[in-house]
Amino acid sequence: MARRKKHKEIFALGNEAVVEGALLAGCSFYAGYPITPSSEIMEIMAARLPHLEDGVFMQMEDEIASMGAAIGASMAGRKVMTATSGPGFSLMQEHIGYAVMAETPLVVVNVMRGGPSTGLPTSPAQGDVQQARWGTHGDHPIIVLSASNVQECLEMTITAFNMAEKYRTPVILLLDEVTAHTREKIEIPHADEYEVFSRIVPNMPPEWYKPFEETVRGVPPMPPLGAGYRFHTTGLTHDRNGFPTSRPDEVVDLTERLHRKIDQFFYDIQLVDEVDTDGADIVVIAYGSVARSAEYAVQQARESGIKAGLLKLKTLFPYPRRHTDKVLAHAKTVVVPEMNMGQISREVKRVNMGRATVRTINRVDGQIVTPSEILKVIMQG
Amino acid sequence: MSEFTGNEIIHQYLRHNKRFPHVLCAGCGHGIVLGTLIRSIHDLGLPKDDVVIVAGIGCSGRLAVYVDFNTIHTTHGRALTFATGIKMANPQLKVICLMGDGDALSIGGNHLIHAARRNVGITALILNNNIYGMTGGQSSPATPLGAKSMTSPFGQLEKSFDTVELARGAGANFVARGTVFHVKKLENIMIEAIRRPGFNLVETLTPCHTQFGRKNKYKSPVEMYKWLKKAAIDKERYDELPEDKREGRIPIGVFVERERDGLEERYAKLRESFRKTSQGGR
Repeated sequence: MARRKKHKEIFALGNEAVVEGALLAGCSFYAGYPITPSSEIMEIMAARLPHLEDGVFMQMEDEIASMGAAIGASMAGRKVMTATSGPGFSLMQEHIGYAVMAETPLVVVNVMRGGPSTGLPTSPAQGDVQQARWGTHGDHPIIVLSASNVQECLEMTITAFNMAEKYRTPVILLLDEVTAHTREKIEIPHADEYEVFSRIVPNMPPEWYKPFEETVRGVPPMPPLGAGYRFHTTGLTHDRNGFPTSRPDEVVDLTERLHRKIDQFFYDIQLVDEVDTDGADIVVIAYGSVARSAEYAVQQARESGIKAGLLKLKTLFPYPRRHTDKVLAHAKTVVVPEMNMGQISREVKRVNMGRATVRTINRVDGQIVTPSEILKVIMQG
Repeated sequence: MSEFTGNEIIHQYLRHNKRFPHVLCAGCGHGIVLGTLIRSIHDLGLPKDDVVIVAGIGCSGRLAVYVDFNTIHTTHGRALTFATGIKMANPQLKVICLMGDGDALSIGGNHLIHAARRNVGITALILNNNIYGMTGGQSSPATPLGAKSMTSPFGQLEKSFDTVELARGAGANFVARGTVFHVKKLENIMIEAIRRPGFNLVETLTPCHTQFGRKNKYKSPVEMYKWLKKAAIDKERYDELPEDKREGRIPIGVFVERERDGLEERYAKLRESFRKTSQGGR
């Protein structure tokens, strides 16, 4: 048997790894507006995309326009991405809601910076967690992912594209400045080592096609513009044919389907990594770069005989309740370190309902959460 | 000449089984613009599948729902951004943007100047009725100085935008203005705008009797059309008028004609150049 070719290895920034992941997933359209600390994603895309056969890179006039162009390109059949940071993410919110309503797949990367407002442009923070979940108006589900190291930036970007295409929805990848600006060696996987999912296109005659029809998966097939399936798309509440409606039964049908198409696939969407959580007395629940500090702290605690574990969240929303539940049933204490005032710890407390002691570590001074800080709290029990 | 009458042509392009009666007020000019657009597309022989209508929000935004093309009703003011993405992703498509004056000039003003600057291959139709109609008659950037509206009860204090000069300055390929009273002229303008590469803008004056007329002493739709007939004059004749006679007159016609490549074509050339160098290197 021929020996398998070694992985290509590169020394990359988290932001660079996002671009690598996007290209592996089939991204061929990028529209964005520069903002620290996400700009490298845009800069590298600008250099890479024109080399693809149909690659398009657009520097738009602002983040609102970037999201508009991304939605348009996705409707035209492309896999699309945009990247931004806090203030830009706020500007994108109306169009993120539109993409949810019009069921348009796309990936939004938000490399978080301190805030509110222009805040701390180049300091690490995790302040946009709840904005990612609840930033737009109205009731809707959303998928929010995160990554804690450079290799994971690549992998989670591919995952983000796959989920966007599978569920016809915008997917948000939340990174923090430490992850985005850390440079480490990563391996580029072989093409057969990762799955690439593309949206399902209709194969019925155009006159049979209903663009927003209920299906087994709840996700209707989506043709690219110009393929012969002429239909209406709107941000207004619409019926199965895409036309605006305010008939109560049709409004309820649409809203419920939008929720159900995500809800019934929780097992596929809610991703976590568990380190030594079986039988652990103390479990740290963390995400992003803080999860790296937590992993080191847990390891040190184990060395001094404390039964500590780590639940690393790779999906932040829909919140991985099932995994957290399991941990909370056994652990005496759960520690939730975050670079915000407690945006995921409230989810943990919601699931906990008073079973375990929940300790939070919150840093909002633009500094990272260190392993020793977490270890100190673990030692307190 | 086509053997069909105007109405028969239009009926081929409407989604008649679904969306009627329409939302527009009796006397509104928007239907005339839509009719003109359909006849222009028909004259150019564009297949329905190749046409994408991208509309903003408001009365003009609702037009997209009635026609049997690929139609997208976007967010307020952002139609051009969606259109940019569509055109750049698939340059084979004919992308036509329908926007109101509030849509295109106020919330979408930034997108308008940048789409014109990029010269991306879009036909932008601005349906200017000088007012926010669907929201209830508030003043827009196109409300004339002194005109009354729900938010300028004592007369508009701000000067209105000159859309033509704005688009010319920003670098549009083709800029024209027409009215729904001068329909044949509007149709010729629209055909030319859709045919050309790059960013082409047509501003159409279309009366809003319900919101603008009611506040500004136009007693009926007919009076508003009479106003259009009187106020609008050919650009060439307007230019010859002495300064003092220009008051209250609006020049119509074609103001800018350039034949520059659209951004999508320039982008395709860039990609092509990379392919050539990579082949040469082997």
